[in-house]
Amino acid sequence: MTSARSGPRRRWIYQLDVKGSPYLYIAPFFLLFGAVGMFPLLYTAYVSLTDWNLLDPAREWVGLANYAELVADDYFWNALFNTVSIWLLSTVPQLLAALFIAHMLNRRLRARTLFRMGVLLPNVTSIVAVTIIFAQLFGRDFGMVNWALDLVGLDPIDWQAGTLSSHVAISLIVIWRWTGYNALIYLAAMQTIPEDLYEAARLDGASQFTQFRKITVPMLRPTIIFTAVVSTIGGFQIIAEPLLFQAGTGNPTGGSDRQFQTVGLYLYEQGFSMYEFGYASAIAWTLCMIIVVMALVNFAITRRIRSS
Amino acid sequence: MATLTAVRRGLNRRAVQRGLNPLGAGFWTYAALVAVLLGSLFPIYWSLVVASHDNDAIASVPPVLTPGGHLFDNIARVFDTTAFGQAMLNSVLVSGSVTVSVVLFSTLAGFAFAKLRFRGRNVLLVMAIATTTVPQQLGIIPLYILMAELGWTGRLEAVIVPGLVTAFGVFLMTQYLSSAIPDDLLEAGRIDGCSTLRLFWHVVLPAARPAAAVLGLFTFMQAWNDFFWPLVVLTPENPTVQVALSSLASGYTTDYALVLTGTVLAIVPIVAVFAALGRQIIGGIMSGAIKG
Repeated sequence: MTSARSGPRRRWIYQLDVKGSPYLYIAPFFLLFGAVGMFPLLYTAYVSLTDWNLLDPAREWVGLANYAELVADDYFWNALFNTVSIWLLSTVPQLLAALFIAHMLNRRLRARTLFRMGVLLPNVTSIVAVTIIFAQLFGRDFGMVNWALDLVGLDPIDWQAGTLSSHVAISLIVIWRWTGYNALIYLAAMQTIPEDLYEAARLDGASQFTQFRKITVPMLRPTIIFTAVVSTIGGFQIIAEPLLFQAGTGNPTGGSDRQFQTVGLYLYEQGFSMYEFGYASAIAWTLCMIIVVMALVNFAITRRIRSS
Repeated sequence: MATLTAVRRGLNRRAVQRGLNPLGAGFWTYAALVAVLLGSLFPIYWSLVVASHDNDAIASVPPVLTPGGHLFDNIARVFDTTAFGQAMLNSVLVSGSVTVSVVLFSTLAGFAFAKLRFRGRNVLLVMAIATTTVPQQLGIIPLYILMAELGWTGRLEAVIVPGLVTAFGVFLMTQYLSSAIPDDLLEAGRIDGCSTLRLFWHVVLPAARPAAAVLGLFTFMQAWNDFFWPLVVLTPENPTVQVALSSLASGYTTDYALVLTGTVLAIVPIVAVFAALGRQIIGGIMSGAIKG
């Protein structure tokens, strides 16, 4: 009786539930992400075309003037050079080391979980903590690195003062924090390589190293592409490490001569110590374009790893 | 073919007999891995060493390598010098609410994308996935303007709200739920008159638990370690742990014992979580689930 009366209505509610509710479930994501993720990024493009200083209420439309200024800005080119240098110094050794560590972890091991957790531990500690620890280790006067150099008869290095030395030190922070993570990604991919391939190679008398070079690396190609692209996107945005590496931090210049100021750090300096929002947005948008281009270049290069 | 396999087997057996197990790890592998392990652990151990000494010990040559007895003095100094207690509380609040929200909204959206049919589903899913590659850090200027308009600068809302959803979480839960829940089960629920929301509550949420745990774990750790945006939008008076730590390190005279004690305090909660749930975290990374 009851069901007959409420039949059409129930069907209507049912239809509404089936057709409409999915939108309700995805709405929180799209609304929130649109507001705090997508909108700011797109709005950056608009702000970059204005002369917008936080301390000055007058905002002027200046067209591409900020970009013109940027192209002629020595500090920007210096920051770009530093970014590329630190990115190269950190990414290449990191991915190579990760490959070898993964190769070792892929053997039959005792205490397997212990080793895996050990290599991942650096990745779960915060950038701030890690950078502070490394800045201390690389300290000029009481740093352990200089003490070790002295032990083997080398002169101490003022790590923060030099361009190359500061880049090396900052790269080591990145390498320390990310190698284990990438090793686990490679390890996961290695475990999907069929054992037959290695067996056949062994029959042909291929050495361990040849097997690694001719089987493992080509089979890992998609994973290597993935890690290279992700490292590029991350590496070009590096901010916290150079910001905190400087002694007496809170200073976004990246060293007294800007010797390790990255583009991200320059963006931070312009935006939040000069409050030049327009110019900082131009830096952000330019960096975004550079990242897209570099990610594509990386994709193209790593794609060419030969498959055997 | 069969003989070839037999030959291979024979060769393998001989290799094993000679102790040349082709996949086993030898001495050098263990030696290298132990070296890697020590390299991973040393900086963290070192921070503990410095944190447990006074500043005189740190300047000594050769450097001290064993923990001393000043850890608790130093911890007390950290809480006296900065708003570290407030920072801890703030970080728990921020990371906790961000984690609950990301897991809930990702599971909801993942359920819709994986199991429900609706117009525009594929386009919307591709849009959601494409946004995982967006370098969001580059939108900080307008985000800051937005927070200033809302009057949220210096307040925890400014850090919590931008973290409430992640494209990555949606992607992960969509992937997991599409294989974890049989369509038949949902059909059966429908026939019994379950509404979509009840299906979500009684079928999807329980089934999503393993992936939700991994996602929650990673979201919590990322939120706890997040530094740059909190630095921009918060003040030293109302910081998260990472912001408090950075202002501790930016004093004019560097008090290493003090700074590294703060570092130890900031690392401990995460390392504790990692020690307890490391296996799941590794599983998450290796199943391709987690983006750094």
